[in-house]
Amino acid sequence: MEETKTKTFRDRIASFVESFGVPRLIIAGFLLALFIAAPFVGADLPTQISNTINRFCWNGILVLAMVPMVHSGCGLNFGLPLGIISGLLGATLSIELGFTGALSFFAAIVISTPFALILGAGYGWLLNKIKGGEMMIATYVGFSSVSFMCMMWLLLPYHSPNMVWGLSGKGLRTTISLEGYYNQALSGFLRIQIGNFSIPTGALLFFAFMAFCMWAFLHTKTGTAMTAVGSNPSFARAAGINVNKIRMLSVIMSTWLGAVGILVYEQGFGFIQLYMAPFYMALPAVSAILIGGASVNKATIMNVIIGTILFQGIVTMTPTVMNNVIHMDMSEVIRIIASQGMILYALTRKSEGGKS
Amino acid sequence: MSNEHTPLLEIRNIKKDFFGNQVLTDINFRLEEGQVLGFCGENGAGKSTLMKILFGMDVIRETGGYEGDILLNGQKVTFNSPFDAIAAGIGMVHQEFSLIPGFTATENILLDREPQKKSVISEIFGNRLNTLDRKEMSVRAEKAIDRMGVRIDPKMVVNEMPVGHKQFTEIARELSKDQLKLLILDEPTAVLTEKEAEALLDSIRGMASRGIAVIFITHRLHEILSVCDNVVVMRDGFVVKDVPAKDTNVEEITRWMVGRSVENAGSDSASVTDAGSDSRETIMKIEKLWVDMPGETVRNVNLEVKKGEILGIGGLAGQGKLGIPNGVMGLYEAGGKVTFDGKEIPLNSPRKCLDASLAFVSEDRRGVGLLLDESLEWNVAFPAMQIQNKFLKNYLGGLIKWRDEKAIHEVTQKYIDELQIRCTSSRQSAKELSGGNQQKVCLAKAFALEPKFLFVSEPTRGIDVGAKALVLNALKKFNRESGVTVVMISSELEELRQVCDRIAIVSGGKIAGILPAASPSEEFGMLMVSNVK
Repeated sequence: MEETKTKTFRDRIASFVESFGVPRLIIAGFLLALFIAAPFVGADLPTQISNTINRFCWNGILVLAMVPMVHSGCGLNFGLPLGIISGLLGATLSIELGFTGALSFFAAIVISTPFALILGAGYGWLLNKIKGGEMMIATYVGFSSVSFMCMMWLLLPYHSPNMVWGLSGKGLRTTISLEGYYNQALSGFLRIQIGNFSIPTGALLFFAFMAFCMWAFLHTKTGTAMTAVGSNPSFARAAGINVNKIRMLSVIMSTWLGAVGILVYEQGFGFIQLYMAPFYMALPAVSAILIGGASVNKATIMNVIIGTILFQGIVTMTPTVMNNVIHMDMSEVIRIIASQGMILYALTRKSEGGKS
Repeated sequence: MSNEHTPLLEIRNIKKDFFGNQVLTDINFRLEEGQVLGFCGENGAGKSTLMKILFGMDVIRETGGYEGDILLNGQKVTFNSPFDAIAAGIGMVHQEFSLIPGFTATENILLDREPQKKSVISEIFGNRLNTLDRKEMSVRAEKAIDRMGVRIDPKMVVNEMPVGHKQFTEIARELSKDQLKLLILDEPTAVLTEKEAEALLDSIRGMASRGIAVIFITHRLHEILSVCDNVVVMRDGFVVKDVPAKDTNVEEITRWMVGRSVENAGSDSASVTDAGSDSRETIMKIEKLWVDMPGETVRNVNLEVKKGEILGIGGLAGQGKLGIPNGVMGLYEAGGKVTFDGKEIPLNSPRKCLDASLAFVSEDRRGVGLLLDESLEWNVAFPAMQIQNKFLKNYLGGLIKWRDEKAIHEVTQKYIDELQIRCTSSRQSAKELSGGNQQKVCLAKAFALEPKFLFVSEPTRGIDVGAKALVLNALKKFNRESGVTVVMISSELEELRQVCDRIAIVSGGKIAGILPAASPSEEFGMLMVSNVK
């Protein structure tokens, strides 16, 4: 106690910077600068803030899906598209089966669950075979499953006129509108609207609930075992833990969260995107959690929240401000540079994470 | 050895300490051209450190250098790196092979010293683009193999060779260096079959007759007697004996190796032994145990552990003493029959052993023993939480098992006080502690399981004297007060004799014999080398 009192202001700043991380401070500072600059270049600040919050809600659970696998030592889940595909199967089947409105959202979650469990189990089995090279393999599991599903979306016998190609009457369209289904199913719930400024309360609550469940899980006996497996598998084995089983569980959890995550994303975005869309979903989630301060083998719920806010803030604000400054649409280019650059930066910090 | 004659190598008053821990004290010996010097001593006696000094290894310089002089042909030399030592004509064959698996014997023998041919390209772009002179290479490799006197196929790729041939390839590599005057062989026969070892001994004799001096380190004493001119026995960093090999025998050497006054050790445990451990009931019975642990293979162990005793397991490194606990606890593949408390324990399943109230403190502290990145609380409480559902709060009728941070904190604090673990708080991460304190955390982890039976493997390896005493006392206290049977595995015989009631010596993957702790050290010494293969 005595020590903290005698600490000078300077020391406190230094220790804060160290614990928070210089790069994170730079990113946060940059984001703040963007918010400040926005009104001057002609962007509407309340709209921009609402956009950021919206995007946070859409992406939060996809980022949360990273947590279990990081804890169990499987690394970052580059195979997230597998979970997303389960979610997409749930979404399309829910519509095909005739669910509408908000009910279709929960039906989609229920339907996607068995897919997530089965695909997750297979994926977990694979990752248990190749310990040490998880992230590389995961990337290709994601890529190949997306390509495989590109064929399946065409071949599976869907009939709902809202989803199939108009001319041939078979094969799913690349983009399916959720109007009349679960568009804004969560975001619209208890929405607060003040002028241009809006808060999607329902979606925020849903994220908070999922984040709480994850936090709680990590405090249970099994959650503790999961963290120990990630921290030192030999230790866990010597303590009688079935390491493969725990890793498998983490992969299944991650895959299921990916499925729920994409459904939440869709309800906010308003469309189901099929074919190559899942291809690009893993990287933003990976970079978000890394910016949030997670490493390849340590991640907390706080990392998820901070990371998603920072990452989504940057990708929302940078294009808007830049476009207004240089009067040219560069949003996609800047988004890619920002997100890939962050992944690159985060992976270089891998060793700092704990494997001393 | 007249006074005016200068020997090939003379070591004068070499001293070395690692951070205040004296490992070599006043080492003196000399070596003539064409002489073979046998080096023996228990693990940790200082042999390897001495050889590292002689070979100019970086570790020595990084840890503060050494005192004393090394004289080569009467000239004082200082080696700043192994390259200096090689240039001065010293060659060394290490215990671990340093060969490139995908290369042939010839390529390995002449690595980086290949004869080269010039070509048009290298004329233009410099010598780095010279091509190898394969013909000349095989001639030179053949010559080196001939010098060694053991036939190996120079064209065979290293990873297809039997272990023995790898060893010979290493030796041939040293012999192919023209300037070689002194060859150091660090336990070269440890991996060889008897026949190969015999061939190696012949080749050592051959080298010596050609004027190459050899320093030969081994645990197989009869080899020393058959091939060496002189024997140097080391113990605790001292040279205790330097005698001509023909004037001594295996018994004498073992006594010098393990010796130390027999009286002062084992005195306080003698009383316990008198209690008559034979009359006590057997709590664990190990029959025909084999364990496939790399470097510590257990071949056929039969052992009975009495209830409430402290049994020591000793033996030289690599003889299989570490394999026994690792095998029984299911960490390495094992077979055989283990009965504990009247019930058979399935092997290869750590969980089943822990469920049966066995606990294990691993010798691999950082690898297996600790969660280095997690707090002490986690380290201490984790196994007990997972195995026995301790430190958990149950909600929803046991559906949710919530970590009870308060209970975890309390138990950790208790052991921090009891074992005097030096840390800033129970939330400090384990990797920040010193080795000795980490070891105490490992003990606390096992104590928290409240086992009936405890394996402790190398509990004092790499920790300082103060922590050592504390760890040993804690074990003793745990045994006496809680009535827990303890099996302690250690390479240090003295330590076992301080703590244990009986000591089993493992040699060649088998139990060579069990003696009361107060038995004279030469008896232990004899057992240690009895089955060495």
